Amino acid sequence: MNTGAAEAAALTARDAYGRLVAYLAWRWNDLAAAEDALGDALIKALERWPQDGVPEQPEGWLLTVAHRELLQSARHLGVVQRLADDPLVRGLLPREGDAAPEPFLKAHPIPDNRLRLMLVCAHPAIERGVRTPLMLQAVLGLDAQRIAAAFLVSPAAMAQRLVRAKQKIAQAGIRFEEPEPADLPQRTHAVLEAVYAAYGLAWERLGAAGEQASLNAELAAESLYLAELCVALMPNDAEARGLWALMLFCESRRLARFVPAPDGSERFVPLHEQDTAHWDHSKIERANALLGEAAALDQLGPYQLEAAIQSAHAQRAVTGRVPWGGITQLYQGLLQIAPTLGARVGHAVALGTAHGAARGLAALDELPEAEVRNHAPWWVARAHLLEQQRRWQDAAVALRHGMGLTEDPRLRAHLWYKLQALQAAPVTDTPA
Amino acid sequence: MEYMIVFKETQSDFERRPDDAYFGAWGAYIAALHQSGITKSGNGLQPPHTATQVRVRNGQRQVQDGPYPDTKEHLGGYFVIDVPSLDQALEWAARAPCASTGSVEVRPVLPPMDIPHAT
Repeated sequence: MNTGAAEAAALTARDAYGRLVAYLAWRWNDLAAAEDALGDALIKALERWPQDGVPEQPEGWLLTVAHRELLQSARHLGVVQRLADDPLVRGLLPREGDAAPEPFLKAHPIPDNRLRLMLVCAHPAIERGVRTPLMLQAVLGLDAQRIAAAFLVSPAAMAQRLVRAKQKIAQAGIRFEEPEPADLPQRTHAVLEAVYAAYGLAWERLGAAGEQASLNAELAAESLYLAELCVALMPNDAEARGLWALMLFCESRRLARFVPAPDGSERFVPLHEQDTAHWDHSKIERANALLGEAAALDQLGPYQLEAAIQSAHAQRAVTGRVPWGGITQLYQGLLQIAPTLGARVGHAVALGTAHGAARGLAALDELPEAEVRNHAPWWVARAHLLEQQRRWQDAAVALRHGMGLTEDPRLRAHLWYKLQALQAAPVTDTPA
Repeated sequence: MEYMIVFKETQSDFERRPDDAYFGAWGAYIAALHQSGITKSGNGLQPPHTATQVRVRNGQRQVQDGPYPDTKEHLGGYFVIDVPSLDQALEWAARAPCASTGSVEVRPVLPPMDIPHAT
């Protein structure tokens, strides 16, 4: 077995998968058939390349074989005619054997349709929850089993959701074409949202250990790749750069987020208490550069504001202090565009830290009771601000409530640690 | 909808019960659960070695001391909660301290049976 050829096949698959699926799906207007055909072509490559050597143009080889697979199934369906005028198909068709028609492909490079593919995956007619899995499969070629594990559902359930989404694409007549210019901002936002959802999944599941942890790391890496791809495919979209910057800021702190606990497990460390020596400063630099490029495009949006908030926090590594006043202003900007519950809680903490805990607590009290009653971050924020007012007992009550609402054991360990410290504080409950 | 959330703890969870952090986590969780106003009933249970199994076979009562052997997780407690949908029930299940070590089972409660009164 020639492992070099197997590695080359795997590497080509990783690099080219999305491009080839996007091209085939766009040409044939059938995502499921395109994936099947490319899957077959990859299996053939793994059989042939170790014996015959890796072809000079592996992508062209895969595309030829996939086309042939598609034509074979299309002949059964009698739809060959509509493809007859495709120059690329014509160029590939007359050849026999498995060698790619390389001179032809050199003259006609495969167009990159991955953005169209991503737009289809995040189409408004596709249920929000399945957009990210669909993108991971169609653009990156992740198999349903790995996606299912990342989303904590059974492989069968995930496979079914993906099949249904692809049927919907076919049946609803969702076209692999550029959206109307008027729709474009909304449509690209849905793409970025799906990419961020993949990263959020990997990021928020802090408590993962063992196999789940490596799966999460893999998912984080795949979603960063997608974010980078979005920037490459939408060079004039400031929010794509904002999203990639935001994800890089988060990544830069991966190693600083946890410290070992006495019992051998890990304890979460909140951002403003993290040891900045454990931050990845090259990622922070890259993220800051992306934010600068985004600003030059002059289209402010929520991802850029969130990234700017992270950038402000990252300044602590240089100046030793957190610019809470500036962070409050950034949150105020964010609340104008995207007043999510998380942003409103973050704003209250920044406001309270910059301008006095009383103002922060008042901002927390303004949030609708029904939304925050079971929202752990609201209780933790409240405890944090009460602690600044030296209202130890009230802070402990809020902290304990937040702890009871927390899902993640490492976060729970952090809250327990804080609670112990609070309960050791002087008993006097004198508001500052 | 009423759901029973069934806490299944591992042997090491049961051993950790006197531990401050584990006990404290349960205390915080149960307090939050009660405070949300969704609990109908519920209890924690003594560890599995206090269990007794009863079966009636061929009219004979068979009584056995201890839990079912060969299971990694044992029933540690339960709550019946009233929430609008399964999603909320799953959210509460995931917050249980044993969810990250053992597991939590969520089951919809059957509607009350229509039992004729004895006269």
